[in-house]
Amino acid sequence: MSRTTVAKPLARRASRGGSRRRKWTVEHIIFTTLNTTFLLALAALMIYPLLNTLAISLDDGNDAVRGGIGIWPRVFSLQNYDVVFNMTTIYQAFFMSVLKTVVVVATNLFFTSMLAYALSRKEFIFRRPITLIFVLTMYFDAGLIPNYLLIKDLGMLNSFQAYWVPTIISAFNLIILRTYMKSIPEEIIESARTDGAGEFRMWWQIVMPLCKPTLAVVGLFVAVGSWNSWLDTLLYNSSDPSLSTLQYELQKLLTSSMNAGMNSVAATGSAHSGGQVTTPIALRSAITMVAAVPILFVYPFLQKHFVSGLMIGSVKG
Amino acid sequence: MTDATTSSLVTATGLEPALEPASSSRAQNRKARKNAAKDPKRKITWDRVWAQRALLAMSVPLLLYQILFKYVPVYGWAIAFQHYKPGRGSIFDQQWVGLNNFRNLFTGVNGERFRRVVVNTMGQSVLTLIVGTLGAIVLALLLNEVKNLPLKRILQNITYMPHFLSWVIVASLASVALSLPSSGGFINQGLMSLHLVDHPVLFLTQPNYFWGIVAGTSLWKELGWNTILYLAAITAIDPGLYEAAEVDGAGRYRKMFSITLPSIRPTIVVLLIINSGWILSTNFELPYFLGNGLVSDRSETIDVFVLRYGYQLGNYSLAVVAGIFKTIVAVILVGSANLAAKRLNQETLV
Repeated sequence: MSRTTVAKPLARRASRGGSRRRKWTVEHIIFTTLNTTFLLALAALMIYPLLNTLAISLDDGNDAVRGGIGIWPRVFSLQNYDVVFNMTTIYQAFFMSVLKTVVVVATNLFFTSMLAYALSRKEFIFRRPITLIFVLTMYFDAGLIPNYLLIKDLGMLNSFQAYWVPTIISAFNLIILRTYMKSIPEEIIESARTDGAGEFRMWWQIVMPLCKPTLAVVGLFVAVGSWNSWLDTLLYNSSDPSLSTLQYELQKLLTSSMNAGMNSVAATGSAHSGGQVTTPIALRSAITMVAAVPILFVYPFLQKHFVSGLMIGSVKG
Repeated sequence: MTDATTSSLVTATGLEPALEPASSSRAQNRKARKNAAKDPKRKITWDRVWAQRALLAMSVPLLLYQILFKYVPVYGWAIAFQHYKPGRGSIFDQQWVGLNNFRNLFTGVNGERFRRVVVNTMGQSVLTLIVGTLGAIVLALLLNEVKNLPLKRILQNITYMPHFLSWVIVASLASVALSLPSSGGFINQGLMSLHLVDHPVLFLTQPNYFWGIVAGTSLWKELGWNTILYLAAITAIDPGLYEAAEVDGAGRYRKMFSITLPSIRPTIVVLLIINSGWILSTNFELPYFLGNGLVSDRSETIDVFVLRYGYQLGNYSLAVVAGIFKTIVAVILVGSANLAAKRLNQETLV
């Protein structure tokens, strides 16, 4: 340790001298090549299952059953997507998923940020006990059946409310937003206050615009959670087909194919819709793509904000 | 070392501005709280409450709402002491049976099954946690060596991708990947073309493979995502340390093991502690979807037991007992994780 401290000023001086020189030694070239190759192979492993599913979904249904498709369709056809979007259940489930996600994100961001603002104010006398009650809900869960009974007793079974009403606050996101809001300089708040802004205006007009990057990340987390959830549909809304969601429909296909036999995923059988026919494996691939793609288009744009969101969440969360 | 861990985790990620309020040390916090109690301005008086009515209006309705949806359901725990039949009406119309359900689940006819369920839950979580942590550290170290920034960004984006897929989709992809080559099982295809196996392996029918399949699938989904915090910690290491080591003649590996790894050790420790609190709370979808009659001795976890045996087969009372067990153990585990983190003078969870 002491050796490095002594050497530090020297090194600093050296680095200040010229730009950091990179030594292209043989060892360096070999390492970089091996490392890049390994990481590219890993990336290929990450993306292959999805590309494979995409290829199967774009393949002719009867041809896909033969198996052996890599990342390129053998007999190109849009028939599977045609079938998927002509199936009333899937079509409805898609729009239900979109509606649910939009409503959940909007209500979540609105209420969570409002509460986060109140809890970020240092002068607020009850901020500690209230924060504690919310944080404890991250660890305490009454359980699946008690939660189900509450929803049932509130008369929310088989209703759209069951999707968004129980989840308008997430404690994890609350902590992320509150911690970020606490870091906003006090002077900004004070000057707005002297201009006569009340708490609601302060939250909506001063603090919210300053939180946009954090709101974007929290919004993404909430959207992913809502879009990907299926258990709420199974527990609360499974007996009303008009409230079904995409993940729930996909889950049904997965369960039935697992039950049909361990390795007869591609077994014979067909899905009909409006006179068109395709096979279960092709159909499942197409629905998987429809369920996966919307989220995959959003996250790369928010990548640079992930770090701060996660950081606050894991340290304080 | 331990004194500085909190601040080093925070500074290690270059996020001091965002985290400043949280990063003040616990001792300071305690002192501030003590002073606050003495401070007459801090006293709770009706005048002050009235002056803060706007803040109260923003928070109290939401507090009541949270209590309704998160704490009130505890009334359902009454079912644990009843012989609950949904057809009989509300929980007031049920037959009370004392501790029978607890006896039934822990020692009685279901005792053996429930013990297996608990072992499966812990086994799958611990394996997932160990494999996931090691994988993320190695990947973060290797990604850090990529000096070509566009390439690094692409690699990061691709490895983050599976995190955003739902567990339903991931389970579906895994079931295809692990199936026979004729059903699209490319893992078997790969193994056979490399001549590692002569005949395709029926992965999902072998009980002994199941924990590994769960850990491997979780690794695939979360590997890239889990590197984010480690990469953030690595980028915050003082470059002077590396330069000094270079002057001393340290090579790439020496720098990795003597500078990078020790510098991110606090991050590793904190994340391990935090995650170990969740040992009973992970793994729901994978065992639920990939498990089947042939492997249920190794696949069934508490959550699966509650949903399958309890909710879907109507054994509400036993499911609630299992749920209570899980909640209580989880609270104890998170509490002790919290204490352990406190011992290390970390930022605490609550």
